[in-house]
Amino acid sequence: MPDQLPEHPDWLWRTPDPKPSYDVVVVGAGGHGLATAYYLARNHGISNVAVLERGWLAGGNMARNTTIIRSNYLCEESAAIYEHALKLWEGLPEELEYDFLFSQRGVLNLAHTLQDVREGTRRVGANRLGGVDAEWLDPDEVRAFCPIVNTSPDVRYPVLGATLQPRAGIAKHDHVAWALARKADEHGVDLIQNCEVTGFVRDGGGRVVGVETTRGRIGAGRVALAAAGHTSTLTDLLGLRLPIQSHPLQALVSELLEPVHPTVVMSNHVHVYVSQAHKGELVMGAGIDSYNGYGQRGSFHQIEHQMAAALELFPIFARAHVLRTWGGIVDVTPDASPIIGLTPVENLYLNCGWGTGGFKATPASGWVYADTIAHGRPHQLAAPFALERFATGALIDEHGAAAVAH
Amino acid sequence: MLLIACPWCGERDETEYHYGGQAHVAHPADPHALSDAEWGAYLFVRDNPKGEFAERWMHAAGCRRWFNVVRHTVTHDISAVYPAGQPRPVPPSDEHSEVTA
Ligand SMILES: Cc1cc2nc3c(=O)[nH]c(=O)nc-3n(C[C@H](O)[C@H](O)[C@H](O)COP(=O)(O)OP(=O)(O)OC[C@H]3O[C@@H](n4cnc5c(N)ncnc54)[C@H](O)[C@@H]3O)c2cc1C
Ligand SMILES: [Zn+2]
Repeated sequence: MPDQLPEHPDWLWRTPDPKPSYDVVVVGAGGHGLATAYYLARNHGISNVAVLERGWLAGGNMARNTTIIRSNYLCEESAAIYEHALKLWEGLPEELEYDFLFSQRGVLNLAHTLQDVREGTRRVGANRLGGVDAEWLDPDEVRAFCPIVNTSPDVRYPVLGATLQPRAGIAKHDHVAWALARKADEHGVDLIQNCEVTGFVRDGGGRVVGVETTRGRIGAGRVALAAAGHTSTLTDLLGLRLPIQSHPLQALVSELLEPVHPTVVMSNHVHVYVSQAHKGELVMGAGIDSYNGYGQRGSFHQIEHQMAAALELFPIFARAHVLRTWGGIVDVTPDASPIIGLTPVENLYLNCGWGTGGFKATPASGWVYADTIAHGRPHQLAAPFALERFATGALIDEHGAAAVAH
Repeated sequence: MLLIACPWCGERDETEYHYGGQAHVAHPADPHALSDAEWGAYLFVRDNPKGEFAERWMHAAGCRRWFNVVRHTVTHDISAVYPAGQPRPVPPSDEHSEVTA
């Protein structure tokens, strides 16, 4: 009986109709679009902002990722932006008045070969110089930190050591999106779902002055793309070709289990990473499917492969079951680093290419992007990530830190 | 998992193949004549369509030959398989048959 059903809980944000125009139109209500809108209002007083979303809020990669947050990247430019994010994460639950279960339980990146050991110790050194917490653990210390990892010397790829970032961890991704959405909405930002951007409105000088959408034309002082895996489909409409390829990236969870796994463990070499969510499910993933794809699903052999790798590292999981697998569409760049900044098209801003690892960056991505949009020039932390690097050759190669580990 | 028909060996599982990205990307005839931006575009920029995509595959666990496939990037439907070096087949469409008729 409808009258016996409980009341719907309070909505966290309004459902407004689009206004004829906004100072800034953000395309995509994933984490990055929402954080951008929030910081436009909070840091820059720009609240005449709409976030347009073709589906539902956080229906893209934002609520499909495996929620790993860390800042132990190799290059200075990356460590700087990811560490800015980590510092923001540390204050965000209080600032957004929302407990989204941010848990700094540490991340281990295992080394199984001499090359892994060299890469890991080099990265620990680089991180320390850059002010990022990092330690090198030997196999005994790995076992002490995470007793369920198989550190026996007689496996195919014995654990030779690991990097540890103690301040790294996980958070509950959908709640992060809702927390940002609620605060953005409180600042007056219009969050408009079921509104797909299908074209751009340009004036005589070629400037973008609005967007065409499934809910009509919407004028915009500036248009800020935050469409992740779908970015190329939008820039193609403007004849702007980007160094991005969209690939499926899959993940899976087990049934709910007793807490057994105290941290996050990643292995580039054995090719899997595993954490345990607060509710108890084991969360695991690995690399992208090789081919381009927009279907939000990948091939099953990827799942088989990562489960085999997980069992190699964690024999204790032999009786766990796969409950659910899924995929997102990730926007991969040639150097595994994002693209942030201005574009050759006036009034059009770009934030994409976060590929397999943009969840951890959510607050910093929004922070630097909002600043870039508000001032019409790149934020200092964003400048190295401009599109121009693919012409100058100043790539920021993070394949070692970002290929399997997200 | 995709089922791909190698032009020489026939239908085999995706796991036998290696992916090579966009097909028909020609090496610039005179690289020295290009600007940095043009050279960068050749190195780093590839089409990324949501829809039909002409792409390269190599039969790594079989004959080890490269060939081209036209695959839909949402449905994975494969509409053409043809040897490397051949032009992309023009799909039969009403518009096209008018032109060639
Ligand atoms: C399986 C998986 C695991 C991952 N694991 C991690 C991890 O552990 N740690 C980590 O840091 N990162 C991880 N990532 C990467 C991370 O999820 C992404 O980099 C990040 O979410 C991208 O930013 P976003 O949240 O804004 O993207 P999305 O949530 O994808 O937001 C983009 C939005 O744009 C919308 N959109 C697209 N086109 C249009 C249009 N034309 N009009 C209107 N709206 C449009 C989409 O519907 C979507 O909602 C993972 C990703 C996947 C798929
Ligand atoms: Zn063959």
